[in-house]
Amino acid sequence: MSKNGQAPKEKPKFAMYWAAACGGCEIAVLNIGEKILDVDANFDVVFWPVAMDAKYKDVEAMPDKSILLTLFNGGIRNEENEHMAKLLRQKSQILVAFGSCANEGCIPGLANLSSMQEVFNAAYESVSTENPQHIRPQFSYQVPEGMLTIPLFYPVLRTLDQVVDVDYFMPGCPPESHQIAAVIDLVIAVLHGEAELPPKGAVIGVGDSTVCEECQRARNIKKITKLVRIHEVAEVDPDLCLLEQGILCNGPATRSGCGARCPSVGAACIGCYGPAVGVVDYGARLMTAVASVIDSTEPDEIEAILDGIPDPAGTFYRFNLAHSLLHAARPAMEEVIG
Amino acid sequence: MTRITIDPITRLEGHGKIEIFLDEAGDVANTYFQIPELRGFERFCVGRPVEEMPLLTNRICGVCPEAHHMAAAKAADAVYGVEPPSAAKKLRELLYMGFYFTDHTTHFYALGGPDFVMGPDAPVAERNILGVIHKVGLEIGGKVIQARKYGHTIVEMLGGRKVHPCTSIPGGVTKGLTEAERVEIEQMGRWGIAFAQFSLQLFSDIVLGNPVYLDLILGDIYTHRTHYIGLVDAQNRVNFYDGRVSVVDPDGKRLGKYGPDEYNDWIAERVEPWTYLKFPYLKKVGWKGFTDGKESGIYMATPLSRLNAADGMATPLAQEQYQKFYETLGGKPVHQRLATHWARLIELLYAAERLVELATDEEITSPHIHTVPTKTPTEGVGIVEAPRGTLTHHYWTDERGILTKVNLIVGTTNNYAPISMSIKKAAQSLIHKDTEVNEGLLNMVEMAFRAYDPCFGCATHSLPGQMPLEVAIRDAAGEPVRVLRQHC
Repeated sequence: MSKNGQAPKEKPKFAMYWAAACGGCEIAVLNIGEKILDVDANFDVVFWPVAMDAKYKDVEAMPDKSILLTLFNGGIRNEENEHMAKLLRQKSQILVAFGSCANEGCIPGLANLSSMQEVFNAAYESVSTENPQHIRPQFSYQVPEGMLTIPLFYPVLRTLDQVVDVDYFMPGCPPESHQIAAVIDLVIAVLHGEAELPPKGAVIGVGDSTVCEECQRARNIKKITKLVRIHEVAEVDPDLCLLEQGILCNGPATRSGCGARCPSVGAACIGCYGPAVGVVDYGARLMTAVASVIDSTEPDEIEAILDGIPDPAGTFYRFNLAHSLLHAARPAMEEVIG
Repeated sequence: MTRITIDPITRLEGHGKIEIFLDEAGDVANTYFQIPELRGFERFCVGRPVEEMPLLTNRICGVCPEAHHMAAAKAADAVYGVEPPSAAKKLRELLYMGFYFTDHTTHFYALGGPDFVMGPDAPVAERNILGVIHKVGLEIGGKVIQARKYGHTIVEMLGGRKVHPCTSIPGGVTKGLTEAERVEIEQMGRWGIAFAQFSLQLFSDIVLGNPVYLDLILGDIYTHRTHYIGLVDAQNRVNFYDGRVSVVDPDGKRLGKYGPDEYNDWIAERVEPWTYLKFPYLKKVGWKGFTDGKESGIYMATPLSRLNAADGMATPLAQEQYQKFYETLGGKPVHQRLATHWARLIELLYAAERLVELATDEEITSPHIHTVPTKTPTEGVGIVEAPRGTLTHHYWTDERGILTKVNLIVGTTNNYAPISMSIKKAAQSLIHKDTEVNEGLLNMVEMAFRAYDPCFGCATHSLPGQMPLEVAIRDAAGEPVRVLRQHC
C-alpha cells in the first residue's frame, strides 16, 4: 500500500485475511501504531479486505507462491472460508494461523457442541423473529431475477490446520500488539538476512511458560475449601492469586505471552492464548491445577468442590474445543457423518 | 437479464455481496445485498454462566467488543436485579467514551473519509487511509494515529485489554481508577475535544465547502425517508450508555420511547431465504417490503438517526454543532444518508466532552465499584447504543445464572433493510443503458452503504463474520456478461 499503490517490484508481498472471525485480529494489527509503517516500507500489501480495495478475483489471478507472508485469522465455518484458506495456501510461501480462531476455534468453536439445526433454530425462531413460515436461509435460492447463492454452512467449525498445511501458529484472542510487533520485526530481519525463520510448525509470538509465571499476584500455596464465582466475591484481594481466592482462573494451563493482562485488572484468565508448552489436553491440565489448590484429600470432597464449576465444557474447552481431541459433541458430529 | 456482482465489499468490517440485476432495457431491475455468514452465538451461549457473557459476546465483534461488553454487563445486572454503584456505571461509561472516540475517528479517516477526501472516482489505490494522509499531510496522519491510541489507552486502562475488555461483571466492575490514571484520561480527553473540533473543521472545508460534494450529499441518490431510533437520556438528549430508545417517524414525530424490557413490543425481525442476516423493523408499523415512508416499519439506527431521534446533545460544544447541522441541512429530520459522516463527527465531539466530564467527576476514583448480587437470577435485557446502532442483549437463565436462552439484536443488523434500499436506489440512479459501469461508479454504489459504517462481523453474530464484496453483471438469462472488479 505505498502512496501510489505501485510498490517497487522487488518488495515481498503481504496479505491478511479474515475467515469466520470477529475482526479483533485486524484491529490488533492496526494497534501496533507506527510500526504499521514498517510493514508498508518492507512489504507490498496485496490483499487485506478490511483496509484496502481488492477483490477475491485479484488473488485468484496471482501466481502460486507469489505472496511471501499471509496472516490468516478466523475459523473455517463455511465453504467460502475453506475456499479462501485453500486459495491463500496455494498463493503463499508462509501461511500463519493468526489468532485463536484459526489456531483453536476460539469462542465460535463452542458451536460444535450443537447441531446445525439448533444453531439455525436459535437464530431464526428467536422471540423477536416473526417467522410463521419457518424460513431458513437457502444455499441457493431462485428470486424472480435469477439464482442467488450464499456459502454452504458446515455442521462443525474447523481450525485452519484442519483444512490446509500451516507453517506457523500465533495464538491469542487477539494476539497482543507487542507480540505482533516482535514477529514483524523478526520477519523484516529475516528479509534483510539478519535472522533465520523458526522451524516450520513453531508457535510464535508467545512466551514459553504459563500465564501464572507472568502474573504479578502472590501465590502462597493457600488451599481453598470451595470455588466461588467472581461476582459473588465482595472484595477481590488485589494482590493474591485468584485461584487461591477460590475464583477459577485458567492461568495454570494457558500459554504465557499476554503479560497476564486479565488477572492484573481483577479478572480471571479465560485461556485465550491456548495450551501451555507440553500440554496435551488443556482441560485435564486445568482440572489438575484446580484440584491441587483444594484443601482435601478425600476424592468425594474434591469432586463436590469441583461440582462448583457451573459449566465444565465451557470452562475447560472455552477457546480450544474445535481443536481438542473432542472437536465436537455428538449432535454436530452426527451431521458430519451423515 | 444482466447481473452485476460486487464481492467482497471492501473498507467495511465483515463480509458481504451485492447482486445487481439489469432488465432487458439495461436499467436496474433489482438489487440484493447478501450476508454470507452466521456463527451461532445465540445458540452456543446457552449453558454458559451469565457472568461470562461480557467476555463471550465480545467475540461477536472485535471492532466494537466494548459495545457487546457493556450490553452484556447491563443484561447480566438485569438478570440478577442488581444495581451497580454509581461510580461503577460511570467507569463503564468512561471506558465506552474512550472506545467511541477511537471508533468514530477510525471510520471517518480510514473507512468513510477516503471517498470525500480523495473523491469518489479517485484511483482505487489512493482511496484509503494512506491516500488521505498523503493528501492532507503527514501531520494529520500523526494526529489520527494519536487519536486512536488515546482511545485504546483508555479502554485498556479501564478494561484491561485494548481489544476484548474483561472488567465488567454483574453488579459493577473489577477495576477502579487511580488519581494518576484519572489525570491522564482528563488530559487525553481535552486533547480529544480539540481533535474533534479540528475534524469538524476539516469536514467543513473539504466537504461542505465543495459544491459538488454538497450536491452529492443533498441529492436524491442517497436519500431515504425512514423511521429513526436512538438511545436518549431523561431530557431526550443523545446518550450512548444508558436511557430509553426514542423512536421517530419520517416527519420527525416521536412515536414513543421504550426501555430495555419493552424492546420486544417495538422491534421485530424478518427472515429472507437468500441471506443469513435478519431484517429488523418496527413491529407497530409492520413490514411492508423494502420501501421507505411512514407506512413502512423500516427504521435506521446510526449516528444520523440518533441525532434525528433526540432533541439535542448533552454537552455544550456538540450541541452547537447539532444546531448548525440542522440549520445547514434544512431542519429535522435529515434523511440524506451521506450526512451520517457529519453526524458521526458531532458524536466524536460529544464523546470527547463526555470523557472530560466523567474524568473530572469527583466520584470517578471511588473504590465502591461493585455490588454483590443477592437475588435469584431470572431474565434481563441490556441496551446500549453501539456506534453502528442500538444494541440489545436479552438473556434468560436458570436459578444458578446459567443461560437457557439468548436473543441478540445487533448494531448493524438494525440497518440491514435501509442499507439494502440505499444500494438499490444508488444503483438505479447511477446505472443505465449505455452507462459505462466503471470502478468510480461502482464505488459510488458502495458509498451508499459505507455511510452506515456497516460492521458485518457484528451483524453475522449468528453466522461467522467477514465482509468483502463483488459486483457482477448478468444478462437476462442470469449468465455473467462481465465481472467488474477494482484493481489494486
